[in-house]
Amino acid sequence: MLRKIRLTFAVLFFLAVTALFLDFTGTVHAWLGWTAKIQFLPALLALNAGVVIALVLLTLLAGRVYCSVICPLGVMQDIVSWISGRRKKKRYRFSYSPEKKWLRYCVLVLFVAALIAGIGSFVALLAPYSSYGRIASNLFAPIYRLGNNLLAYFAERADSYAFYETEVWMKSLSTFVIAVTTFIVLAVLAWRNGRTYCNTICPVGTVLGFFSRFSLFRITIDESKCNRCGLCSRKCKAACIDGKEHRIDYSRCVVCMDCLDTCKHGAIGFRMRTKASDKKTGKEENPKADNSQIDTARRNFLSATAVLAATSAVKAQEKKVDGGLAVIEDKKIPVRATPIVPPGAWSARHFAQHCTACQLCVSACPNNVLRPSTDLQKLMQPEMSYERGYCRPECTRCSDVCPAGAIRPITIEEKSSARIGHAVWIRKNCIPLTDGVECGNCARHCPSGAILMVPSDSEDVNSVKIPVVNAERCIGCGACENLCPARPFSAIYVEGHTMHSVM
Amino acid sequence: MSNQDKKKKVLSRRDFLKTIGAAGVATTGLSACVGGGKDGTLTTAAGEIPTDRMTYRTNPTSGDKVSLLGFGMMRLPSVGGRSAREGNEEIDQEMVNELVDYAIAHGVNYFDTSPAYCRGKSEHATGIALSRHPRDKYFIATKLSNFSPATWSREASIAMYRNSLKELQVDYIDYLLLHGVGMGGGMEEFENRYMNNGILDFLLEERKSGRIRNLGFSYHGDVRVFDYLLSRHDEYKWDFVQIQLNYLDWKYAKQINPRNTDAEYLYGELEKRGIPAVIMEPLLGGRLSNVPSTIVARLKQREPEMSVASWAFRFAGSLPGVHTVLSGMTRMEHLEDNLRTYAPLKPLTEDDFRFLQETATRMMQFDTIPCNDCKYCMPCPYGLDIPAILLHYNKCLNEGNIPESMQEENYRKARRAFLVGYDRNVPKLRQANRCIGCNQCSVHCPQRIDIPKELHRIDAYVERLKQEIG
Repeated sequence: MLRKIRLTFAVLFFLAVTALFLDFTGTVHAWLGWTAKIQFLPALLALNAGVVIALVLLTLLAGRVYCSVICPLGVMQDIVSWISGRRKKKRYRFSYSPEKKWLRYCVLVLFVAALIAGIGSFVALLAPYSSYGRIASNLFAPIYRLGNNLLAYFAERADSYAFYETEVWMKSLSTFVIAVTTFIVLAVLAWRNGRTYCNTICPVGTVLGFFSRFSLFRITIDESKCNRCGLCSRKCKAACIDGKEHRIDYSRCVVCMDCLDTCKHGAIGFRMRTKASDKKTGKEENPKADNSQIDTARRNFLSATAVLAATSAVKAQEKKVDGGLAVIEDKKIPVRATPIVPPGAWSARHFAQHCTACQLCVSACPNNVLRPSTDLQKLMQPEMSYERGYCRPECTRCSDVCPAGAIRPITIEEKSSARIGHAVWIRKNCIPLTDGVECGNCARHCPSGAILMVPSDSEDVNSVKIPVVNAERCIGCGACENLCPARPFSAIYVEGHTMHSVM
Repeated sequence: MSNQDKKKKVLSRRDFLKTIGAAGVATTGLSACVGGGKDGTLTTAAGEIPTDRMTYRTNPTSGDKVSLLGFGMMRLPSVGGRSAREGNEEIDQEMVNELVDYAIAHGVNYFDTSPAYCRGKSEHATGIALSRHPRDKYFIATKLSNFSPATWSREASIAMYRNSLKELQVDYIDYLLLHGVGMGGGMEEFENRYMNNGILDFLLEERKSGRIRNLGFSYHGDVRVFDYLLSRHDEYKWDFVQIQLNYLDWKYAKQINPRNTDAEYLYGELEKRGIPAVIMEPLLGGRLSNVPSTIVARLKQREPEMSVASWAFRFAGSLPGVHTVLSGMTRMEHLEDNLRTYAPLKPLTEDDFRFLQETATRMMQFDTIPCNDCKYCMPCPYGLDIPAILLHYNKCLNEGNIPESMQEENYRKARRAFLVGYDRNVPKLRQANRCIGCNQCSVHCPQRIDIPKELHRIDAYVERLKQEIG
């Protein structure tokens, strides 16, 4: 019964969190957004004391329920492990192994140090929810979106507007590679040994494991009923039951309840702790770091260049025949001295310290503006670029979804006056000067009226007009950069601000 | 048959929606299905289309017996159906052959092309399709399309003319037209294209030698050029003149755009002089088949079994001075429907004529953009798909999906239909917000639409929808 309850909740939470990463319409978040906000590390970084205290209390009450139910990465491993266990003769494939305490605490110390030092990429690499976010947004979301596009294809033929096509593109090669590697490593570990990652690497698992040693309710073995068959050990995916010695390592037990029904003698139960049972735990052997877990820390940081297929440039040419479409060259990413972070981040430093690089905002961005950074310091943390779209005035999607408080909630009104960067004009690319035609597309689309068109020749009021930027009014939304007809590099682009300001 | 018809209907409706804002928008045919018409089959009459009942008109100068239905080769089908809207697809030659064979078998004998059509590939495709038939079975009309200043020289223009003969695989042209006189720079441009370089004299010589059997011109835009050329009819002896005529432009062309001329005047001037009129845009690029539902209901109420498009064709064909009515038939359904209308023609009664004029008056209340998807404005040097944008807007207007305010009852539904449909019909990088207003397109527009103004207006409307303002 307890197991069934655990399973039900675990599946529900898993589906809910996954749905957040898959949804691109912005509807799911209103209902299920809280499932991301109760994740331990994001809540901690968002200084969401209520959630953190509640999770600690939950752990003190009933053990690492969080790891079994709320954490999507844990549930994902359980699913892999469950599939593995469906194979013949693999139902009882685990065995007890002593805790690798040394490794666990080393990783935790490093993690905390990185957190304080602001090495976001290391934090992001280890954080369980972030890892899952990357897997979901890099592996599951594209499949989901391609499926949607197929439906959209049929919908179009059926004259229905129920589905619309969405863009699927590689936002960052390095992040993709990391997501794939994480997934493979975790899947292999889970396939073979269940919760290895959670009980050796995961910093959240280590912290909650510390509290769960003292949990009020816990799995206990009734020695009077136990015949030391060891079946419970072989069923325990956390490898924390030493059936022969009647000992359970509560720091690693994720209260999955799998062992309860396994015991044929009713010796195992989920009971309130007693003094007697306390003595059984405690002593653990020294850790022996072996096998492949450490692989997770070793990764390829491939430098990611924008994966933009370059097409040949077609200069405006004299029209001789009717019809046809000019080839449009893809835009290239300009070199920005200061990266742009979304409105609501308020400062680059605050952003870097709080972001867990879960990719939720990247998945949610409907304008293809956000993508993971390729800068080593902030690897996988989102940054903005405007080749595919711009930060539209009606959208606050990223600030709505951010569970870690890195992008704080912002209203549309606040956003319209929050300066996240400023536009810079590049003379040599500007169409009025290169092609000699009127343009002004940047000025026409500037939501804050920061761009003015002035004669290019100050002596001649009738000369072709060029844009000038009033940096005071520019909010850095990138409409000008995105809609600039100059290709591959726009004649106007946005430089980020390290500190955002309000107009 | 009815089963087949049903299938056709489904296909054509789907394709219609597909091609709206796309390449070959039908000039005819789909009419019965648009505007939510679940009311019947595409064609007006069941049964075979007769092969021997086509209505013919005789040319007073050459004695040519020309079929009332002329085949316009401007909207040829391209391979890959849907992606034809991308505009860079190749012509589907097999389909062209099939259409031409079917048309000839059912009495059509007039084929109208130009060196500019279909990105300059129409003549070649027409030549391939027609050369498979005996030369005396068809009349070829092509044009001297020297729009680009680079082709204004005598040599370049003559080279273009000779190339037409080569592409069409013929040693004489039945009908040759000065193309689109009055467009762009009006009188001055006309003089540059045909007078100052002596090209008109050259063409008159060619007519004398028999390599051009009939010489005429097609007219759009500045009426002074039209009047000037007619005033010199005694000298040039025009064998025919091609004009835009349909029941909307009959009295409203000028009202739609003050720089255009009512078809009633144009036709009247030709009739006065006994010059045969070749009719283009009888269906306004499909705008007279894809009409608002109330108009569909009105037309259907009068003739439940006839397609909406057939009204437009009967209107043009009923005028006695009309030599032939051109239709750009992209699909077999268009051809079949038009053949049913003209084999034989059932002329409009006076009452029908009044009825259509009143219909036109009602249609004027809808603020559609007069784009006929001729693609003369294309390619836009900055990559926009101009006709696709304008047609999408028109389509939404016809379907009632242009909400004026958020208070409107169907706002959410209409907003979604507009925005989702917009992305479907026009790739993001080719949408109206990319228009820089360089205005290189407007001079090419035979309907004289102020294209940048319309695009900026649509863009502003899209922004309103996206930001949910008002």
